[in-house]
Amino acid sequence: MANDVMTKTTQEEDVLIQELGYDDHFHEHHEGDKYQSNFITTYIFSQDHKMIAKQFLITGMFWGFVGGLMSLIFRLQLGFPEESLAWLKPMLGKWIQVNDAGIGTLAPDFYYALVTMHGTILVFFVLTAGLSGTFSNLLIPLQVGARDMASPLLNMFSYWFFFLAGVIMFASLFVSTGPFSGGWTAYPPLSALPQANSGSGAGMTLWLVSLTLFVVSVLLGGINYITTVLNLRTKGMTMWRLPLTIWAFFITAVIGLLSFPVLVSAFLLLMFDRSLGTSFYLSEIFTGGQALDFAGGSPVLYQHLFWFLGHPEVYIIILPAMGIVSEVLSVHSRKPVFGYKAMVYSILAIAFLSFIVWAHHMFMSGVNPFISNFFVIFTLIIAVPSAVKVFNWIATLYGGNIRFNSASLFGIGFVSMFISGGLTGIFLGNSAIDIQMHDTYFVVAHFHIVMGVAAFFGMFAGIYNWYPKMYGRFMNETLGRIHFWGTLIGAYAIFWPMHYLGMAGVPRRYYSFDSFDAFKHFAGMNKFITIAAILVFAVQVIFIINFFYSIWKGKKMTTRNPWGASTLEWTTPVETGHGNWPGNIPTVQRWPYDYGKDGREFISQVEPLSEQEKKAGVNH
Amino acid sequence: MERAVARDYSRSRIHPKKFALWVACGSILMMFAAFTSAYVVRQAQGNWLEFELPNVFFVSTAVILLSSLSIHLAYRAFKGGNERLYKGLLVLTFILGIAFLILQYQGWLAMSHIGIELTTNPSGSFIYVISGVHAAHILGGLAALIIALIHAFALKYQVTPARKLRLEMTMTYWHFVDFLWIYLLIFFITQS
Repeated sequence: MANDVMTKTTQEEDVLIQELGYDDHFHEHHEGDKYQSNFITTYIFSQDHKMIAKQFLITGMFWGFVGGLMSLIFRLQLGFPEESLAWLKPMLGKWIQVNDAGIGTLAPDFYYALVTMHGTILVFFVLTAGLSGTFSNLLIPLQVGARDMASPLLNMFSYWFFFLAGVIMFASLFVSTGPFSGGWTAYPPLSALPQANSGSGAGMTLWLVSLTLFVVSVLLGGINYITTVLNLRTKGMTMWRLPLTIWAFFITAVIGLLSFPVLVSAFLLLMFDRSLGTSFYLSEIFTGGQALDFAGGSPVLYQHLFWFLGHPEVYIIILPAMGIVSEVLSVHSRKPVFGYKAMVYSILAIAFLSFIVWAHHMFMSGVNPFISNFFVIFTLIIAVPSAVKVFNWIATLYGGNIRFNSASLFGIGFVSMFISGGLTGIFLGNSAIDIQMHDTYFVVAHFHIVMGVAAFFGMFAGIYNWYPKMYGRFMNETLGRIHFWGTLIGAYAIFWPMHYLGMAGVPRRYYSFDSFDAFKHFAGMNKFITIAAILVFAVQVIFIINFFYSIWKGKKMTTRNPWGASTLEWTTPVETGHGNWPGNIPTVQRWPYDYGKDGREFISQVEPLSEQEKKAGVNH
Repeated sequence: MERAVARDYSRSRIHPKKFALWVACGSILMMFAAFTSAYVVRQAQGNWLEFELPNVFFVSTAVILLSSLSIHLAYRAFKGGNERLYKGLLVLTFILGIAFLILQYQGWLAMSHIGIELTTNPSGSFIYVISGVHAAHILGGLAALIIALIHAFALKYQVTPARKLRLEMTMTYWHFVDFLWIYLLIFFITQS
């Protein structure tokens, strides 16, 4: 609080919080101090939601780095198949095979392992835990006006289950048979038969254990998020006064809670098939000329169970990014978000639809074509709420007094990416077009842009925007802009050409195209994509340096509300202690998007409605 | 801190922890919904060995129903100030819970006896796995009951809001795993 410069506005806010807020007797008991008394309880086994958020973020960044590095290695193989990779031998050891002439090539098995691990890590560890884990933890208690989560203890467990899952996954990278290599979706029989592939043995066992622990983490977190949003909102914080971030995190947690247990069921049946000889997924199979003792299993059953999680999972990834972007765009264009209720209803619509479209991942897996029709229709209907959201983001920006900084640029970049990737989704949602497009680079381009890059953009927008709340300092703006432009241009340079590869029928997950006459002439394009990927990765390194440099050396935040935002998290002191508000809990008097109203730049949520507003019948 | 956060909830109708338990029950239910839908999908694909569910599963159902009744009465006795009845019924619930697990095991033995082993056919495998995972959730309930027993016998009898909440949550979960088994049994009967 020492460096907390009080402006006129913040002083007025504090008076309002003292007068209108209510005393929950939080500070009469010194549990907060007791629980944050030493290094271990403050930084490691912390039960404070803000610290847990940072733990999720930094762990997520570590995994982002590892997963990104993996993609670089397999992109090197795809872009420069002729070049020697012998220089990677010190790092990858036996996975680089060096011939007599000293030319090193990537082992095909390891290529598949890299692709599998890249997918698993990015989808689950970075874009689920790193994104939703970070911002749900940071923002839910702060923005709804709560001291902490409903159960800080379970919240701590949520992080440590994630950590444990990470340790096991990391260990699987180092087993001698290699990590699992059957694709991040882990379809049987590759995942169910330990002898199917070198990675299907110990690597797959570790993969299953790790992801099961991960689901525990997601469920513990989700139970907390839902309970906190529904039960711990401060006085006056009605559901229709929640910032869109909270709506997004809340619905994300609901989706996760309904879909992740299904993944556990699928995994459990898989474990029985692997270890105890049941035939849930395995039918009559021959390996190495020998008939195995399985009969009558259905590999498509696994696909149904997996995608019943798998499709909602992509919304678990994208909804938090959408919520963050709605908030960031509104704050930095100094305008209320356009169509608040439409935004909420479209989140709800997307969440509902996400559960009845899973078979569009299985059009070519032998699903009845008549059943496919239903899934096509529901899939295409998702375009409606998505388009509503895109329209509203653009309308929020339109005519706004936009501050172009790293946060808002990434927010705008998100909208761009979401449109580009969303449009190709309409192609792929049609089962007829999917006959040509399935399992090609068109699919790779589509989902990387719409849920990979877009979700990262949402995450970066959130990091740049709430960094001052997390660390009391700002990230370097110049480096932030280099990061933005490098990522935007680079990501399009990587994934735009992939659409053409896909339309030409180039299949995904292939180790090499040398022996296919039809795909040989794409060598130049593959080279271009790889160079772009290296550039994008380099720019992310700049971000990581900027992040850690700014923790200690960044420009200090002098006022507590640097963006002039109206939500509650900016009414807490710069150095936010445990319990978030030093005195009373503020009560909420109005909705979170009063920007540019009555000639004022913004009106905080703690400020009561004026006589004028009451007369005008404002009720949100 | 736990207490600090969960102190003044006079404003909300349901205690957040109780609500969190309900949410957790919802996610457990989804897990079993996945198992039973997998069962239906797999059954529709043929190669499905039909057999009659051993009768011992009906006995175990009666036992778990009784245990639900006894924990309910224990909770009422606790609130009503009848210390001896509360302690006795809690012990009874625990014994009935253990008995349920033993009976489920007998059920598996009976299945194995008529030639339905774990790997014989998916129709049997599903029943082993589903009832096995359910038994694991009963174990969780028994762990909660052990804690409730420790509280009942080690602490001085006192009706405080915190202890009431704790017992009520144990009871809610126990009712839930009971209901879950009834659902599974009805599902098995109607499907085969």
